[in-house]
Amino acid sequence: MLEVRGVRQVFGGVTALDDVSFRVNRGEITGVIGPNGAGKTTLFNIITGIYSRTAGAVFLEARDISGLPAERLASLGMVRTFQNIELFSHMTVLENVMVGLHARSKSGMLACALKMPWTVAEERRIRTEAMAWLEFVGIADLAQVEAGNLPFGKGRLLELARAMACEPRILLMDEPAAGLNSQETLGLARLIRAVREKGVSVVLVEHDMELVMDICDRIIVLNLGRKLAEGTPRQIQENPEVISAYLGEEL
Amino acid sequence: MIKHPLCKYTAFVALILIIPFVLKGSYLINVMVFVGINTMLAIALNLLLGYAGQISLGHAAFFGLGAYLSGVLTATHGMNPWLVMVAAAVGVGLLAFVIGFPILRLKGHYLAMATLGFGIIVYIVFNETVDITGGPSGLSGIPNLKLGPVAFDSDLKNYYLVWIVTLLVVLLAVNLADSRIGRSLRAIHDSEVAARVMGVNARLLKVQIFALSAVISSLAGSLYAHTMAFVAPASFGFNFSVELLTMVVIGGLGSIYGSFLGALLLTLLPEFLRFLHDYDIVFYGLLLMVMIMFMPGGLVRGIPALLRRMMTGRKKGETVDA
Ligand SMILES: Nc1ncnc2c1ncn2[C@@H]1O[C@H](COP(=O)(O)OP(=O)(O)OP(=O)(O)O)[C@@H](O)[C@H]1O
Ligand SMILES: [Mg+2]
Repeated sequence: MLEVRGVRQVFGGVTALDDVSFRVNRGEITGVIGPNGAGKTTLFNIITGIYSRTAGAVFLEARDISGLPAERLASLGMVRTFQNIELFSHMTVLENVMVGLHARSKSGMLACALKMPWTVAEERRIRTEAMAWLEFVGIADLAQVEAGNLPFGKGRLLELARAMACEPRILLMDEPAAGLNSQETLGLARLIRAVREKGVSVVLVEHDMELVMDICDRIIVLNLGRKLAEGTPRQIQENPEVISAYLGEEL
Repeated sequence: MIKHPLCKYTAFVALILIIPFVLKGSYLINVMVFVGINTMLAIALNLLLGYAGQISLGHAAFFGLGAYLSGVLTATHGMNPWLVMVAAAVGVGLLAFVIGFPILRLKGHYLAMATLGFGIIVYIVFNETVDITGGPSGLSGIPNLKLGPVAFDSDLKNYYLVWIVTLLVVLLAVNLADSRIGRSLRAIHDSEVAARVMGVNARLLKVQIFALSAVISSLAGSLYAHTMAFVAPASFGFNFSVELLTMVVIGGLGSIYGSFLGALLLTLLPEFLRFLHDYDIVFYGLLLMVMIMFMPGGLVRGIPALLRRMMTGRKKGETVDA
């Protein structure tokens, strides 16, 4: 599905990622864990075309996507969510998800200005599908609320709905449970499983170990920019190197 | 409140059609011609600033380029004014497209400085190319537009001419704002990185809207040249760029009808503030400060809110749904 090969990223003097390689299998939930500053977000930024890497390559279904800009990837079936929620805060919840359908719609500037019949039809489809994704994450009742006014937990759900509206084949989530209470985290776990049921592969960066061990099929551990270990949740929990990296933390 | 976009637009067209009858014989009809031109300009800038969130302090330059291209090519070279108007709009649009790529990579203050620089360069060119533009003393003898037997040579005729184009621009802008493209522009405004992840080609879209904005401004410039029959660089300087910005902010960022309100207010006010002589600029400054403090959403959002507050004030105790 996704393959990262020898990726290296240097910021000034800081080596944020050093020769990181791994694969994400189709239809699986792959966890990426590691202490603060391990390079998890940097890894996501490279995979999704937001940073250009110092070295290495990224393949999406055997296609080399290294160096492709972020906006090209949605139509290739890859989207992500952000660690520090990135909502369109002055737009309604529904409009946020409608932007998620951008890559799957095509009315241009002229057609939109002239309100051509097919543009109107497309707009109707966008609205209906966006509504369905709001129902999927369970915030359809908030459709007309301005996104900036959402409580934090609902904002996370909105980001998920917006990403799913792209109908990705692979979804990267950066700490989706951060800031959620335990009730909300349970709901999120259910949703991530439902996303997988739809045939979407998921890559999950998360600090909530209970959640990671519970829903991930495989886990990759990063530490100080290097891949420390890789395996099933069970293998990871028993790996002495991982345990010492997390020194004392309950895995 | 009128909600449906088509109803809103129809009401707006009706208002514009009624105005000549209300203002019959008054010199204010002439002022309303400039309200139309300024409405187009404010909408053009609003698409860029209010929707895409990209500032321009040099928009008067695109207006001036349209005006001078029309002026010079028709008055000096006797070319067909309608053809020149279209050609100028295309040319100015292309110019904006070309300079847009490097300029719109900049953000915030840097973008403001770059557009300011562009505006100043164009202003200097208007002043210095005396052989072509007539320099600081201006260019006169620009012919009125003609359509078959009709010559647009009176205030009333110019009113209809300018407002037909303005109403068209309003309609297209309202449609655009309420579409997939309008949504993408607002998305870029709020979070460029998230918009890109959703597949919005932010860099290209910003440049496209910049070019569209320039095209509208150029059209307004051509109409201005033909209705005034005279152009001079002073109308296209930094001051006017700031005045346009004020119209957009006072009317309401991200609202097409707000741009009309802003243009209306800032074009009419000088007529009523003549007694202030050169101190009117002080009044504008105060107005801008007061507006930003008390109506940050602009007139288009501030006035309805004010009305609602007055209504609820009168019916104290009753519950009002939002
Ligand atoms: N744009 C940048 N410029 C310079 N240094 C950066 C940049 N982004 C990340 N870094 C550095 O790279 C390292 C890895 O950061 P990164 O954000 O990827 O960690 P993380 O694993 O996501 O941490 P956390 O769990 O706290 O989110 C850190 O040392 C960070 O300071
Ligand atoms: Mg991170």
